[in-house]
Amino acid sequence: MHDLTAKQLTLGGVVLALLVALPLLVPSPFFQHVMIITFMFAMCGVAWNVMGGYAGMFSFGQVAFFGIGAYTSSFLLLTFQVSPWIGLLAGGVISAILAAAIGYPCSNLRGHYFAIASIAFGEIIRIVFNNWHLVGAAEGLTIPMLKESLGNFMFHSSKLPYYYIMLAFLLLAIAVCWWVSASKMGYYFRAIKESHEVAEVLGVNVVRFRLYAIMISAFLTSFAGTFYAQYILYIDPESVMILPISVQIVLVAMLGGASTVLGPVFGAAILIPLSEYSRAFLGYKGTGVDMIVYGTLITIISMYQPNGVWGAIVERLRKGGK
Amino acid sequence: MDQLLQQLVNGVLIGLVYSLLAIGLTLVWGVMNVLNFAHGDFLMIGMFLSYWMYALGGIDPLFSIPVNAVALFLMGMFIYRFIISKVMHGPGLAQLVVTFGVSIFIANFAALIWTPNFRSIEHTLLSGTWDLSGIKLSIPKFVSSIGSVVTSFLLFSFLRYTRTGKAILAVEMDREAATIMGINTERINSLSFAIGSALVGVAGALLATHYYIYPFVGGTFGLICFCIVALGGFGSIEGAFIAGILVGVVQTLGGYIFDPAYKLAIVFVMYLITVWIRPQGLRGW
Repeated sequence: MHDLTAKQLTLGGVVLALLVALPLLVPSPFFQHVMIITFMFAMCGVAWNVMGGYAGMFSFGQVAFFGIGAYTSSFLLLTFQVSPWIGLLAGGVISAILAAAIGYPCSNLRGHYFAIASIAFGEIIRIVFNNWHLVGAAEGLTIPMLKESLGNFMFHSSKLPYYYIMLAFLLLAIAVCWWVSASKMGYYFRAIKESHEVAEVLGVNVVRFRLYAIMISAFLTSFAGTFYAQYILYIDPESVMILPISVQIVLVAMLGGASTVLGPVFGAAILIPLSEYSRAFLGYKGTGVDMIVYGTLITIISMYQPNGVWGAIVERLRKGGK
Repeated sequence: MDQLLQQLVNGVLIGLVYSLLAIGLTLVWGVMNVLNFAHGDFLMIGMFLSYWMYALGGIDPLFSIPVNAVALFLMGMFIYRFIISKVMHGPGLAQLVVTFGVSIFIANFAALIWTPNFRSIEHTLLSGTWDLSGIKLSIPKFVSSIGSVVTSFLLFSFLRYTRTGKAILAVEMDREAATIMGINTERINSLSFAIGSALVGVAGALLATHYYIYPFVGGTFGLICFCIVALGGFGSIEGAFIAGILVGVVQTLGGYIFDPAYKLAIVFVMYLITVWIRPQGLRGW
């Protein structure tokens, strides 16, 4: 992995400055909401990429970690008045531990078997939370209203603080993913993705590094879950633990281009506004037209842009440069 | 004790229908290494076809079996030709995701034109129960499971004793070797996908005799089918058949012994434990 060039740094700085200024220029709350959700899914996509894009484990169960992040912080806040910031870390740690616990027995699973195991895992978590009275079962948890402050992770008068917090989370995830991809570990991941056997022969501890990938991914995804709970202030299994969220995360990563650091960010930037705006304009009657459009979109993208939009752009730039 | 036996019987009956569903899925998985997430939605279409033939034409679901089989066969061919074949040579992730798109499309389109309401077929030729010394046997469930066994057996014979069937098995074992032997693998793909869909069509008619019919019915069935297929082992028809019965029994007994709310969770836990011990599934290699 080469170091960032001056040109890339400048470009990154300009984009970041634009993103910081954007909500000030466009004060529409709905627009800001769409941006926040976009950042959130971008973060989940980047986290998915660590295990899916680099280490080749296609997880369709990310929602379990998202949901545990949301539930851990909310439960601690409701029951023990623990600050959501501590809950954020607690959720991350619990998710990572759980990820290791489920990842270990799955360490021999590949391809479709792994994908199905991850779906099964996500569904088990959803069913358990749906029936677990301590955490509100199917009724879910309502996060208590506190005074708005950064310490309370709660803001009522404006969406701006949420916007910047989520942007910061996303940057954190990108930094982690960039670090992983540039480190020795990133190369181990890629080797594992190409072939377990070859990686093993070259001296890579496949089981251990697969676990690392899953744990990093779970930790970051859990952050997004806690953020969601603090942002929406109400969670239940049907809103934070259902399979379609996992699928959305995979789509974001795939659409942008798996196994590139920024791919999922682009994927989210395309997919989430499309899905949020189509829901706002087509979905208000509850007829599901927005979902029909969404399904068509997924099908067409997989057929004609299977390496992701970002992958296609990179490809073109490379060809143009030579 | 009687209760337990009753649950066991119910488990086997639903398990046999699962077997039929899973065989269609495993055929597609084995031949072209594609996981069809829209499988459950194909089932939903089969159920609705039977429902409308009953509601509009008064045709009993039993007689709509052949119509369903042909209709779903054609639909499978169509979807393979225009969607699946386009991703066959693409990256693995695109193959996984494309059928998700198809699934979301089909389920929501059905909800749009038929409303998301629950429907059921009230009086079929099969309504009623038999009482076998204390154990109640629901006739529609019983006939459905018999129908599943017969259909599975027909498919099995087709694969073993006809030239086309043998070609399908050959492609499943080794695609390249089959190509060298002069088998048109593209045709085999399309045929397997169509047959897989036709099987689901049959299952749809059988289930329509006693199950609720609504646009999102495919979701749960689809998930269960994945577990069955993976449990049975990569592309193994016998494996899927055995695993289907196993899942039906575990689900029903587990729900009875613990809590019905957890019956799906129990199936998934069983799946995870099995693949932990045998990552290739029961009959996989």
